[in-house]
Amino acid sequence: MEKENVIVTNELTKRFGYFTAVDKISFAVQKGEIFGFIGANGAGKTTAMRMLCGLSLPTSGTATVAGFDVYKQNEQIKKNIGYMSQKFSLYEDLTIRENIRFYAGIYGLEDRRIREKTALLLQQLHMEDQQGTLVRALPLGWKQKLAFSIAIVHDPAIVFLDEPTGGVDPITRREFWSLIYEAAARGITIFVTTHYMDEAEYCDRVSIMVDGRIDALDKPASLMQQYNSASMDGVFLQLARKATRTEDLIE
Amino acid sequence: MKAITAENIVKSYPAKKTAVYALNNVSFAVDQGEIFGLIGPDGAGKTSLFRILTTLLLADTGKATVDGFDVINDYQNIRNRIGYMPGRFSLYQDLSVQENLEFFATIFNTSIQENYALIKEIYEQIEPFKTRRAGQLSGGMKQKLALCCALIHKPSVLFLDEPTTGVDAVSRKEFWEMLYRLKAQGITIMVATPYMDEAGRCDRVALIQKGKLLSVDTPNGITGAFNKPLWSVSANNMFGLMNDLKKDPAVESCFPFGQVHHVVFKGRENGRAKLDEIVGRGNYNQVTIKAIKPNIEDCFMALMRE
Amino acid sequence: MKQFVIFVKKEWLHIWRDRRTLFILLFMPIIQIVLYGFALTNEVKNSRIAVFDQSRDEATRAITGEIGASRYFNLVKNVYSYQGVEATFRKGEIRLAVVFPRGFRYDLLHGNHAQVQLIADASDPNTANTLTNYASSIINNYQQTLQPAATLPYTIKTQVRMLYNPELKGAYNFVPGVMALVLMLVCAMMTSIAIVKEKEMGTMEVILVSPLKPFRIIIAKTIPYLLVSMVNIASILLLSVYALDVPITGNLGLLIAESIVFTITSLSVGILISNTAKTQQTAMFTSMMSLFLPTLLFSGFMFPIENMPAPLRVISNLVPAKWYFIIVKDVMIKGLGFTAVWRETLILVSMTAVLLGVSIYKFKIRLI
Repeated sequence: MEKENVIVTNELTKRFGYFTAVDKISFAVQKGEIFGFIGANGAGKTTAMRMLCGLSLPTSGTATVAGFDVYKQNEQIKKNIGYMSQKFSLYEDLTIRENIRFYAGIYGLEDRRIREKTALLLQQLHMEDQQGTLVRALPLGWKQKLAFSIAIVHDPAIVFLDEPTGGVDPITRREFWSLIYEAAARGITIFVTTHYMDEAEYCDRVSIMVDGRIDALDKPASLMQQYNSASMDGVFLQLARKATRTEDLIE
Repeated sequence: MKAITAENIVKSYPAKKTAVYALNNVSFAVDQGEIFGLIGPDGAGKTSLFRILTTLLLADTGKATVDGFDVINDYQNIRNRIGYMPGRFSLYQDLSVQENLEFFATIFNTSIQENYALIKEIYEQIEPFKTRRAGQLSGGMKQKLALCCALIHKPSVLFLDEPTTGVDAVSRKEFWEMLYRLKAQGITIMVATPYMDEAGRCDRVALIQKGKLLSVDTPNGITGAFNKPLWSVSANNMFGLMNDLKKDPAVESCFPFGQVHHVVFKGRENGRAKLDEIVGRGNYNQVTIKAIKPNIEDCFMALMRE
Repeated sequence: MKQFVIFVKKEWLHIWRDRRTLFILLFMPIIQIVLYGFALTNEVKNSRIAVFDQSRDEATRAITGEIGASRYFNLVKNVYSYQGVEATFRKGEIRLAVVFPRGFRYDLLHGNHAQVQLIADASDPNTANTLTNYASSIINNYQQTLQPAATLPYTIKTQVRMLYNPELKGAYNFVPGVMALVLMLVCAMMTSIAIVKEKEMGTMEVILVSPLKPFRIIIAKTIPYLLVSMVNIASILLLSVYALDVPITGNLGLLIAESIVFTITSLSVGILISNTAKTQQTAMFTSMMSLFLPTLLFSGFMFPIENMPAPLRVISNLVPAKWYFIIVKDVMIKGLGFTAVWRETLILVSMTAVLLGVSIYKFKIRLI
């Protein structure tokens, strides 16, 4: 049986003046899929992701996220997605527990549910003893794991992860990915960007953006076969080398 | 003479109850003309070490020299001869590309013309945008401009603190090609990076974690010191396979690496028979098992667990 | 030298390209002058008053007429009882009431001890004080016209002459005050923010690693702000002469020289603040709290220092703005020369020397 699609885009485009940041991208992401969104700096990833999160209005084309239209229903979209990036994550001067409570509160969870969720989350992350610790005092890897768990505290249909593991040590990076797998197994769709090419291989499918277009989209194994490369790194280098954009626009 | 030496460097920051050690007894030496990599995650102490070597920070104890000069007593001499590119993008966002370069050239007592040969190849790539403000450049371009600014006075030792963080794979590759050309001109380069795959590009590397050097050696030396059999395993259900392997008491570690898992067994055991047994028990299809050579990341994780 | 020049040029570009801040820097003094000059003035004009005249004779009518005709007062009401006076005050209709007792003229001519009661709304003590002074002075004047030849030996006549500022214009007080305030704020706050900004951006790391001497970094960073301050002084002086009719009676050169000394004082305070502040916000708040308020409170520009309790009077001596304020008043308003202000100048110069010395000594050649 065909699984339901949670993200569908058709010729989605974003122009800034004469500059086409995102150029007619069309793709679909299935429920529970781990979807890798790869591209060089300036290829248009962030712009595309912003449109899907309902933060930026497309110039043309269509897209639905969790069944909602990105043009008209961006408020509903925001309720049904989670978002985490390397830069924006948690309030450093609040404790672990306070951060969880705050974000759960934003998404309108009931008090009883917040309590349950907080207990569950602390247990999953083995942070029960540290729940009163200020986030500032945590190692980066812990922060990122906590930020991810908080991003999905309201059980969103999709979670967008923008370079979630930058600078994290290799062991914690893998622990982070086990959290991603667990969330995907629960039916949460994962939409992730990364500069680590081995992480691209953990994804179910990977799309590679070049100059605002999606130049390749397939399972990592198929891409490696197609481009005759032993790793995703090789695939990416072959594709990104074709870029003609002089990467002179900041996203 | 060594380009850089560090002996028993300790640096701590006062915290709530006890001091936090950013660097705990760090010693190493870098040869002239070497590309020396400092590899470790964020918070490992890389930036503290860079600041001590660039005379911006005083160590609690220990001794360090750069180009033969002591970092405490001869700091002014060191400042005259090193190039430094800090982790954060350290250019003036409101000045244009050319104004930035001119400024840094002048405060280092030189001019763009004087050492143009050194930066020519890098600068040509950003020259079309020379009137643009630095704040309006993309990540890759900023990084190239920052490198130009750090090089403009022809330093004898170049310190690069995470120059490739947040930069895509293509720009990273280009960046390393630039570093090789600088090395060919005799410049010693010390570079910090959180990307393990960049270790192989250095002449020698130091792996750093929680303020301690785990190992200092050539990349081959480090992987050669991994003295246990390493297995690469894949099957149809990778998640299940991971759980099965981790559950088995004979398994020392099992980490996902892209499409495969890397497995190491405890003690002296070779593990091949054990591996077949575990995989067989789980009814997996499309099983491939290969003995492989470890890479830097395998070694780093093994050293982290010790 | 070339290094130094390019550093100043770079610093100037930062200021020049941040148009919004530059605009604020140049217009802040103008706005302040306009605000103090026309809105917040503590000079009293057309204050509403009431008269409770129980005597209703020739003398009281004459005095009431004089008061009403003065530009300070505006007679809005006659009341006929003490309750009436109180009620009018309560409604906030008036700020001062003049009460003549019964038989005022008789007492004045025969008993020579006539009394007028001045009741002021002292919820604003400064204004109340000014108003009663004005009113007393008008009454005294009347007394003199009435008895020009009065030579009674025991009559005590008060004669008030408003020196230097015969019209009692507030501008004579706040122009020097605003000069002190603006120079303190522009120099100290902007330099501290500019230095801390380089720390935040990480550019300080690269500059410290360069052969440029820390001392030169500091001086180079302050020069553009010195220039902005000069522009500010010029605009304040032009405004005060042409818009507020406050002339520069003293030597202009001396005034500018003293202002440069005070600017350097302020710049050193800014550098000192930048040493401890880690973020631009901290730098801004530290400057606000440690400079703006003390300058406002202790320079003598808003509140007379003579009226303060002894401990505060001592503290006020530590505020550089106080000395600058005195100097500007002496030179600009009173037209005095250097011989009159050398003491204050010496205090200011020694303060500057100490502050500059400390701030350069404390300027970190390393991070943290």
